[in-house]
Amino acid sequence: MISPMEKLRKTEVYKSIFRHKYEDTPRNRALQIVDNVFLHLHPVRVPRHATNIGYTWGMGGITFLLFLVLTLTGVILMFYYRPTAQYAYEDMKYLMHDVPFGPLIRNMHRWGAHAMVITVMLHMFRVFLTGSYKPPRQFNWVVGVVLLLLTFLLSFSGYLLPWDQLSIWAVTVGTNMARATPLLGHEGPFGPQLGMRPDADVRFVLLGGTQVGPPTLLRFYVGHCIFLPLIATIFMVVHFWRIRKDGGISGPDTGKKNF
Amino acid sequence: MADDITSSSQTVPPQRPQALSQESQISATPIPKKPKQDRAPENDPGIWRMGRKSFLSFAGWLSFLGFIGISTVGALRFMFPRVLFEPPSKFKAGLPGDYVIGEVNEKYTEEQRIWIVREREGFYALIAICTHLGCTPRWLTAENKFKCPCHGSGYYKDGVNFEGPTPRPLERAQITVNDDGEIVIDKSIKFRYELGEWGKAGSFLKYVG
Repeated sequence: MISPMEKLRKTEVYKSIFRHKYEDTPRNRALQIVDNVFLHLHPVRVPRHATNIGYTWGMGGITFLLFLVLTLTGVILMFYYRPTAQYAYEDMKYLMHDVPFGPLIRNMHRWGAHAMVITVMLHMFRVFLTGSYKPPRQFNWVVGVVLLLLTFLLSFSGYLLPWDQLSIWAVTVGTNMARATPLLGHEGPFGPQLGMRPDADVRFVLLGGTQVGPPTLLRFYVGHCIFLPLIATIFMVVHFWRIRKDGGISGPDTGKKNF
Repeated sequence: MADDITSSSQTVPPQRPQALSQESQISATPIPKKPKQDRAPENDPGIWRMGRKSFLSFAGWLSFLGFIGISTVGALRFMFPRVLFEPPSKFKAGLPGDYVIGEVNEKYTEEQRIWIVREREGFYALIAICTHLGCTPRWLTAENKFKCPCHGSGYYKDGVNFEGPTPRPLERAQITVNDDGEIVIDKSIKFRYELGEWGKAGSFLKYVG
């Protein structure tokens, strides 16, 4: 009796896709990871301590997973959302009440965003508690701090997009703090001396005006959907690459080799 | 074979092809080769302070960095629009006789973010922007105070803060009367209490009617 799988392997189509047999050897297993651009993010061999969830909490991985979920759901939301003052709020309502699976996608994006802020902070907390910021990982800690900041900025810029009272006033409050930026804000230390005015300072660049208005919505939208995710991706690439270069995921100091 | 090559190159001048003229064959004596002059002797840049390759490298980097620099400045300037589609800062607020003494008028609050307060001696215009972080406070008639919904800052009727996180009083806008006797308010001209500006001309419109 030939199994269906065996039958499939003998077909012309299967043989034209998978040209040769896969031999299950340790070398082949390693090669499968190394030769694949997506899989090679993961180390070929995982040290025993890395599977200890109690030590790592898995928060970095969960954060990355959430980033992928947010990217996917965010792109889907872009099909219905128009970033103009006239339509933004209505499109959000439309998504929540009429678009098939709209509430599911938007809520995934919304709750995922909240969760990502939490997991990023828990990840940082774990790294701090286990002393994983110490040499040789000090550079990656700094990259991580930039990623934390980018996560906050992504969260903050996304908060304006529903364009309701809550988001407009939250962003009014948030961007008013930018007035007090040293050197670059018109109410900050040395700001006025450097020629900063309400219509020419760092807050003005953020808002595209002197108050939160339609240009702000557009700026935050572009920042939220294009600029910040792009920058975050670049930093994530460095962050993950650096983990491997710094000797893999950190573990308890047992005085022994990891493998 | 090796012998052949070395002996011929040393003794026999290179033979020109037969096709050339007779004369050249007759006067054929080897012309001593001059040393190549296509590069300066080592460590001698000649009349220039910089070698050719260093100069090209310098010019290349200069144009590259110049391009990047100018592009960056251009991109930054791009973010500062010349025209703002924001409401004008100046508006007319009716005749002084329309106002009731002692009342905080909210007719222009939603559109202009301004309260016009009529006292016995005249008018002042408070800007309805919380000096804490920029929300719009509410005028609570029953409690006779301005209260911000965001973080709870409170102000007396004259705009001076007394509770909540705000560090300073509300700002007043310039209030004047035009030739037609109408009240004109200019929000771009502000008067701040803590700078001693509430006594200045324009901060208070004297009117007894």
